[in-house]
Amino acid sequence: MDEKNRGHHDLGGLPAGPVDRSEHAAAFWEKRIDAMLRLLIHKDRAVMRVDELRRGIESLGPEAYRSLGYYERWIASIAHILVEKGVLRRDEIEARVEDIRRRGRT
Amino acid sequence: MTAMFAVGDRVRVRRATPPGHVRTPWYVRGRTGVVERICGAFGNPEDLAYGRSGLPKRPLYRVRFSQRELWADYTGSPRDTVDVEIYEHWLEQ
Amino acid sequence: MAHQHSVGVDDEEPQGYYQLLATAVRELLIEKGVFTADDVRHAIEAIDAISPALGARVVARAWVDPAYKERLLGDGSAAVEELGIEMAGTNLVVVENTPEVHNLVVCTLCSCYPRALLGLPPAWYKSAAYRSRAVREPRAVLAEFGTGVEDGIEVRVHDSTADMRYLVLPMRPPGTEGMSEEELARLVSRDTMIGVARVAAPG
Repeated sequence: MDEKNRGHHDLGGLPAGPVDRSEHAAAFWEKRIDAMLRLLIHKDRAVMRVDELRRGIESLGPEAYRSLGYYERWIASIAHILVEKGVLRRDEIEARVEDIRRRGRT
Repeated sequence: MTAMFAVGDRVRVRRATPPGHVRTPWYVRGRTGVVERICGAFGNPEDLAYGRSGLPKRPLYRVRFSQRELWADYTGSPRDTVDVEIYEHWLEQ
Repeated sequence: MAHQHSVGVDDEEPQGYYQLLATAVRELLIEKGVFTADDVRHAIEAIDAISPALGARVVARAWVDPAYKERLLGDGSAAVEELGIEMAGTNLVVVENTPEVHNLVVCTLCSCYPRALLGLPPAWYKSAAYRSRAVREPRAVLAEFGTGVEDGIEVRVHDSTADMRYLVLPMRPPGTEGMSEEELARLVSRDTMIGVARVAAPG
């Protein structure tokens, strides 16, 4: 099998350095993303599945996968999946991001 | 649910590289292990990942692999193992 | 893989962008009635309410009650729910450390973890180094965590690739006879239930 076909997220057995054991408590904005995902996949709403989240993360591409933080990958995937499903539109997300930037708060 | 394999069966993971979302890790593809338990039947993540129903549910197995057999350079004990959950459609006898 | 855990406002792309994106998505979903601001608040509280102390309660109960331990090993989720802990559809498999077997849990493909019992996974569990090496050289990884395992003991790694979630039931250390369940639970850390550490004897 050609190693080129291995998914870039499929890491089992690849060489790697020491494990960085430092503890990082999740920031509030990160927990909020986690909370949103749980609400979206909850059976009461069933807007998306965790499998779609994973597929969306895998679709970000190897560079994004390596350089983005864990919850950055989550929100990038969530946004992509919601646009794919027509729950949100790309232009309204972009407009709102600009709006928030102008408002000057996160 | 009718499971094709039983606990104790030697099974080989298909040596396949399908496109899309798969949950069979690269390091066990084409490798042989032993069914450790039948986990039950679950929706197919390969379909769920694209908004499809994932039905019919597929039998899921835990397959135990010998580390010495998986990795040519494994330096741990010959007893060491790794258990991986694999869907029936990825297994053959 | 970089550990980008940004805290607070950050003007530099791309970290700032993703925080803005999260806010934008949240506001839009609330406006469209997908969920409410209260829903989000309650979901965050629910996340904060879960810590490894829940898993530690399960371990302590299994240590003092052999019949409970058998039920736990037979059907992890059902046994955990006996203690009033909600498993929210988690398919829990509890794997027991013994004098013959030392268990270690990983998710090589992403970061699957028994969140309902242990809370959010530590950064290292989600790291490329752990996910890559835990299945290939578990003893070296264990050694980095200060845990040596003799050659005569089987190291059994569990890769959570599908619907099951794994909790290690660590061995009860010597010198704990006569301790209460609450005292025993306090000995049990998150890392002992992932399998990178053993429960230390008290004192």
